[in-house]
Amino acid sequence: MQLILESLFNGLAIGSVLLIAALGLAIVFGLMGVINLAHGELMMLGAYSTYVTQLIFKLTPLKQFYNSYVIVSLVVAFVVTAVVGIVLERSIIKRLYGRPLETLLATWGVSLILQQFVRSVPLAYASGLICTILIGLIFHIILPKNSLTYSQARIAKVSSWVFSILLGLLSANWLSSSISKLGRASARNVDVTAPSWMRGGFDLWNITFPVTRIVIIVITIIAVFSVTWFLKQSVWGMRIRAVTQNRSMSECLGISTETVDVLTFGIGSGLAGIAGVAVSLLGSVGPNVGGNYIVGCFMVVVLGGVGNLLGTIIASFSIGIMTDLIGAGRLLTIWPDMPAPLATTVDFFATTSMARVLIFALIVAFLQFRPSGLFPQKGRMVEG
Amino acid sequence: MKNSFTNKRLFSFLVWAAIIAAIIAAPSILPVFRLNLLGRYLSLAIVALGVDLIWGYTGLLSLGQGIFFALGGYCAAMFLQLNSATNFPNQIPEFFGLYGVQQLPFFWEPFRSSLFTLLAIWIVPASVAAILGFLVFRNRIKGVYFSILTQAALLVFFNFFNGQQKLINGTNGLKTDVTLLFGQMVGSDSMQRYFFWITAVLVILAWFFARWIVRDRFGNILIAIRDDEARVRFTGYNPTLFKTIVFAIAGGLAGISGALYTIQSGIVSPQFMTVPFSIEMVIWVAVGGRGTLLGAILGAVIINYAKSLVSEALPASWMFIQGGLFILVVTALPEGVLGWMQSDGPRNLLSRLGVRRPLSTYPGLEERGKDEVKL
Repeated sequence: MQLILESLFNGLAIGSVLLIAALGLAIVFGLMGVINLAHGELMMLGAYSTYVTQLIFKLTPLKQFYNSYVIVSLVVAFVVTAVVGIVLERSIIKRLYGRPLETLLATWGVSLILQQFVRSVPLAYASGLICTILIGLIFHIILPKNSLTYSQARIAKVSSWVFSILLGLLSANWLSSSISKLGRASARNVDVTAPSWMRGGFDLWNITFPVTRIVIIVITIIAVFSVTWFLKQSVWGMRIRAVTQNRSMSECLGISTETVDVLTFGIGSGLAGIAGVAVSLLGSVGPNVGGNYIVGCFMVVVLGGVGNLLGTIIASFSIGIMTDLIGAGRLLTIWPDMPAPLATTVDFFATTSMARVLIFALIVAFLQFRPSGLFPQKGRMVEG
Repeated sequence: MKNSFTNKRLFSFLVWAAIIAAIIAAPSILPVFRLNLLGRYLSLAIVALGVDLIWGYTGLLSLGQGIFFALGGYCAAMFLQLNSATNFPNQIPEFFGLYGVQQLPFFWEPFRSSLFTLLAIWIVPASVAAILGFLVFRNRIKGVYFSILTQAALLVFFNFFNGQQKLINGTNGLKTDVTLLFGQMVGSDSMQRYFFWITAVLVILAWFFARWIVRDRFGNILIAIRDDEARVRFTGYNPTLFKTIVFAIAGGLAGISGALYTIQSGIVSPQFMTVPFSIEMVIWVAVGGRGTLLGAILGAVIINYAKSLVSEALPASWMFIQGGLFILVVTALPEGVLGWMQSDGPRNLLSRLGVRRPLSTYPGLEERGKDEVKL
């Protein structure tokens, strides 16, 4: 009983990281048919922004709030990755709608550039660049467009960008001078230290539950609930669902599909950022950190089907629990007197990498019965 | 019409003449190190041809060609290791001793025969591709789903090969450069020269083979599947069969390519199955021109040569260049360089620069138009 509980908890913990990482991927894939191969790198950016936030919270005026930096970094990571995602959508993916395979390749190119960018640009300047884009975007949104003449609008636009570039430079300068770690480029991994209340464990029924994992599960639950609320209850959520179901009909009914695309891509990328916070709490952060999680996300999307949050949730938790059951060899401990041939097989797969092999085989087998995942999209089209 | 046709013939004839001249001249001009690099890149051209067949012609973007590439490499490497293992204990390659393995695993036993190995190099990857492809295509899984499934499969194979020390030496891979073939060291200069010739000949043979596939009715069906699969199915063909066959062919080509690459680079390891390497194969084809076989070969050789030159000079910048290439090719040059040259690309560029495009639809029209203006 105790073993089963422990195994279940571990599975939930693995699954919740998978879920929060795959959630953004699945939403974007459902809406636009685009698999974002740069999703892992967006997670990496989220993890790095946690690192930067943590370092800022070590400075004197903020030091007393150090214990709560994780909560702030959730917001920071969401905003940072959402901004990067929006820029990505506006500059590249917009041009490639209807060509999903090309989008795949282009986002791979983006992921290469992001990885090398983190290696060869000091984090302070990277943060400055993000600040510039963020402030510029805010100006772009709040500038009154109708009351200005053409030349006035032009001047306002140029000056707002100049202003945001100045602010970005200032912040980069401030960061690199006050935190020396951020002023140098380095390809080495960095470590995010969890605040004191997140270290250690929490004992219940003779089982130790690590607090970090509980925090990650809580973050995942909150994220899933807020995404569900947003999609089901808000006006823009309704528009997103409408475009997911039928793009051309929604456009006919006056929904601005372009805005919906930007919004969805922003939210999907932002969720990647939150996943990045979770990842940074689990291990060290490096330019390649996203690659470790991205394949799990793909498996979740393939297994869960498109356009259904429930499918994503079930898929990620079942993959998580299976990974733990198979990979940690728990099946043998739960059922010690297993017949010998079965036991050797279980033992053969009892490492994390071999567990992945088995799970992939199981997913391919599952797809033989349900080719479009757990919850396929219903429709009358020949081609799904 | 006729004019452009002969132009195209002339163009491809010139390119081929240049390629063959380069291949013949290379061994006497280049030092052995560079020649060896060129030979490796030529062997990569074979896997690029396979990618072109499945992606350029059939529209299946596989991100997992590294699986078949590495399988071919492992077959060749194991043969070489067994071939030169007569002096080691138990007559098995040295690394088995490190893990306490006394007997050769049964599935390696046939690789003592050279004939079997020559067949296995392409049959093993082709049958793995056929099985995987059949299981996926049977359920009409395609497009992006297919791509990410192949990528997941690639990672799974990577994990598997990485973890199995007792069967295939795990992370360390199998070395070939200190093994013996016909009594000579595989890594020696003279052998590497032979391998260059073999590779060059095989690339040309692979090109003829691919062209034979594409030119025939089989090729027409492949293109039809790419353009409208539902219509192909409603016309009475079974796309699953054709897709499986072409995927297996591409897998076999990848296997041959992997074997050639392995004997020239001196080692095969799970690094051949990393995700970036397999996506790179796609970008060679994309840059060269998908749907043009020559483009796949040129793309593979030129991009890899550029990669080695750039990484020697500025190691950090290659990732930026490569990422930029992915984005640029996809957004600006979707048909690749060769496709762009063969279509209206150069003329469009000229007319954008201000050079008038000659009207060819009604040749007499322009003359008459001038006369009318005069009147």
